[in-house]
Order: sequence, then structure tokens, then C-alpha cells
Amino acid sequence: MSEFSVSYRASGDVRILDLNGELDAHTASELESAIEKCKEEDTVRIIVNGKHLVYISSAGLGVFMAFIEELRERGGDIKIAALRPKVYNVFDLLGFPMLFDITDTEEEAVTRFSETTSD
Amino acid sequence: MSITEHSLVIRSTTKNLDRVRNFVGRHATAASLSPSDVENVKMAVDEACANVIEHAYANESDHVIEITILTFEDRLVVRLRDKGRKFDQETYQEPDLASFVRQKKSGGFGVHLMRKLMDEVEYRHLDGQNETLLIKYRDAS
Repeated sequence: MSEFSVSYRASGDVRILDLNGELDAHTASELESAIEKCKEEDTVRIIVNGKHLVYISSAGLGVFMAFIEELRERGGDIKIAALRPKVYNVFDLLGFPMLFDITDTEEEAVTRFSETTSD
Repeated sequence: MSITEHSLVIRSTTKNLDRVRNFVGRHATAASLSPSDVENVKMAVDEACANVIEHAYANESDHVIEITILTFEDRLVVRLRDKGRKFDQETYQEPDLASFVRQKKSGGFGVHLMRKLMDEVEYRHLDGQNETLLIKYRDAS
């Protein structure tokens, strides 16, 4: 079975999700649950740190597609940071950089959130 | 005639996707494909199997998918066979990310990705069986 885990950190009102392992059709529901949990806690500013994400398939990308609109409507966003080149290429192949805020580092993503004040 | 042929038969559950990727990775590497082509083929086969599990078999795990890797002098072919529901090519539309995001859709990119990652993708439905061929040509250089 594919190995995948999500761990949580906080930076002010921003929740940081550290992804670890392989995000495919089997493990995508774990990321879905993690974002649902953020929503339940009324956290709408999320950074996904992909430093330890070694694989993503379209099912994993689908999780971002499903949540981004709602979080933006509620004044938040999902920013995607520190992706490995191989994983970034998949996002790029499907045109994600046009619609999603993807940064080289987690710090950049935090800065971008701090540039937009929270309601 | 193919030079080599290797098959893997799995139950139709996403639990087996990493086994499929490992199987494809091993044989695509042994067939001397470039590392980036190996990654592309692995991902395309993952997408194809995930589609069969979700759509052809409606997420029922008691069915079978047969994955065969055939290598030829000029190309590598991955053949998937299943006995699930037929894929309707007539109604298939290329996905649009912006409209999918507006509709909060979580899927629909699998076929598109397979076509982007491979040189050719062929599909046929014969005698109650689906057959998908994913083809990657060796570098011409």
C-alpha cells in the first residue's frame, strides 16, 4: 500500500500541512480529511508543504481542485510550497500554476498570507 | 514480436496502485527507458488503473485488472485489460481546470494526463473486455 501521512503545524492563523510520501487515488482521502478538519476549525488559510511529497497523481490534485474555491470564498486560500521538481512538473502539466499560488518555500507562502490581512 | 513480456494481475482496489507503480518502474527501467520516461509511464499506468477501479468497476474490489508490459526495439507498450464497464469515448471531453475548480470537481484529469504523459494511448472494447494500450517510444537520438 502507498505510504502517506499529513501532519499539522500552525503559524498564526495559518495552518501548515506537511505532506509525506505518495499521494494517489488510495491516499487522497487522507489529505481531504486534513483539509476538512481545517475547515471545521474555521481555518481557511492553509499552506501545504510538499518537501517530503514524493509522488502525486490526478486524484491528489483533485483534492486541491475540490477545496480551493470554497476556501477563497471564505477569505482564505491553499498555498502550495516547497514541491520537489518531479511533483511540481505534474502540477505544471495540468496548468495549476495559473490558478494556484505555488511558492518555492514555505516562508514565501507565509509572507504572501501576511500581505493579505485577515477579516 | 515483443522482445520481453511481463504481466501482473491485481484485484481492483486502489491499495494495489503502489504495487503497479513498482512493477512498471522496475520493467521500464530494465527496458532502458530514460528516468523521466520511466516516471511518466509509471504515472500514466497509475492513472489508467485508478480509472478502471473507479469507473469501469465502480470501486468494487473483487474484480481483476491485468497489466502487461511489452518491450519492442523502438517502444514500450503497457497493455491493461479489464472486464468492467465500457469507456464512452464519444462523450469524453477534454477537461478545463478553471471550470473544474468553479464546479469544485475533484476528478476528471486521468485520461488527459495519460495522453500528456505517453506518446500514444489506444482504447478498444472487444468481447466484453476493455483494453487500453499506453505506448512510449524510445528516444530517436
